[in-house]
Amino acid sequence: MTHGTAAVAKVDSPRSPYARRKTTRGNYELYSWVFMRASGVVLLVLIFGHLFVNLMVGEGVHAIDFGFVAGKWASPMWQVWDLLMLWLAMIHGTNGVRTIINDYATRDVTRGVLKGLLYLAFAVVVVLGTLVIFTFDACPPGSPAELLPSFCTA
Amino acid sequence: MTATLEAPAPAAGEIPSFTVTLRVRRFNPEVSDEATWQDFTVEAHGTDRILDALHKIKWDEDGSLTFRRSCAHGVCGSDAMRINGRNRLACKTLLKDVNPDKPITVEPIKGLPVVKDLVVDMEPFFASYREIMPFLITTGNEPSKERYQSPEDRARFDDTTKCILCAACTSSCPVFWTDGQYFGPAAIVNAHRFIFDSRDEGGSQRLEILNDKEGVWRCRTTFNCTEACPRGIEVTKAIQEVKRAMITRAF
Ligand code: HEM
Ligand code: SF4
Ligand code: FES
Repeated sequence: MTHGTAAVAKVDSPRSPYARRKTTRGNYELYSWVFMRASGVVLLVLIFGHLFVNLMVGEGVHAIDFGFVAGKWASPMWQVWDLLMLWLAMIHGTNGVRTIINDYATRDVTRGVLKGLLYLAFAVVVVLGTLVIFTFDACPPGSPAELLPSFCTA
Repeated sequence: MTATLEAPAPAAGEIPSFTVTLRVRRFNPEVSDEATWQDFTVEAHGTDRILDALHKIKWDEDGSLTFRRSCAHGVCGSDAMRINGRNRLACKTLLKDVNPDKPITVEPIKGLPVVKDLVVDMEPFFASYREIMPFLITTGNEPSKERYQSPEDRARFDDTTKCILCAACTSSCPVFWTDGQYFGPAAIVNAHRFIFDSRDEGGSQRLEILNDKEGVWRCRTTFNCTEACPRGIEVTKAIQEVKRAMITRAF
């Protein structure tokens, strides 16, 4: 009929697509936010402690070899330290990347695929890392003695 | 500022003029689905604002240029736009303050659907605003006189009473740009205005509403909103205060 109606007819109902898709209330994001800060503070101690002991103390970075690592993991203190660092860094890092995916992926499918890959990577690293820390053998039989830590007797 | 008498002064009341180029983002869905840039060169004075230049274009050069404005004095919140990449009110931005030596880009604010040229559909923005229930909530009988409040209690939320709902903050937020699901700074600012009002009793309801996946926790503290707000509201600070209120409530 008139120019006006023709123009209006072309435009979709302006309201429908903009409604927030669903209400998602709950404390999940609150805890996640607090966890990022709490784990950040603990990681600060763990990571810089780790760097200091590995790179600065004694001969520093030149002392790192199989024997050095094996020696550390023979002590329950360093096992717990590294385990905590692994788990906290992985949960913290994964949650951080989850945030970044939420912020940048515009389509639900992209978002889903990226998060799937992220959680898969998380599972692989955490399982492998935990396994190594607990099943690590400091004195594998049949290895040349000069490569092994001093307490290996075999 | 008072004019100083330094020779050779222009004739009384006369202000020096210069030419300025406005590079305007044009969009007309009846003509094309693509938005395009169009340059307009106008004669302007040192006291002119972006809005004056847009008026000159619309009135003297191209009547089809479409933008919103009402008060023209920074009160109604109609003319937020992206000027040289920053969200500003066209009526509060002097040309001389945004380097008129180079073309000044003028775009619609980001993240909201463009209707035509500089006009966006504000409905998603107001939908979030309505969700936080921007009105006084009380229980019990209506008092027969005014509800008293101490100056200290009033000062608690003074900053967030200044909002004019221009959407400059929400449309400057990268989290909002992604999918428009985030409540956005303006909704949180207006919730803050009631959450911290001693007369209001709907605070925990509003905290509950903003404790959503798309609520305050999506804020990444980029400060774009504080930088954009034409009212000088400390938007990011208000958001953090709401976060803190939620955390004290949860633990
Ligand atoms: C050195 C100690 C660390 C501290 C103090 C720390 C602190 C933080 C904080 C407070 C956040 C939240 C930022 C926000 O909500 O906007 C964050 C985010 C993040 N962190 Fe850490 N973090 C540390 C170590 C790590 C490590 C080791 C990783 C990797 C494994 C990591 C990866 C991330 C990622 C990917 C994000 C998300 C980035 C973002 O939200 O913009 N952080 N960190
Ligand atoms: S908080 Fe400031 S920028 Fe945001 S809508 Fe209100 S007046 Fe505009
Ligand atoms: S026209 Fe009213 S705020 Fe600019």
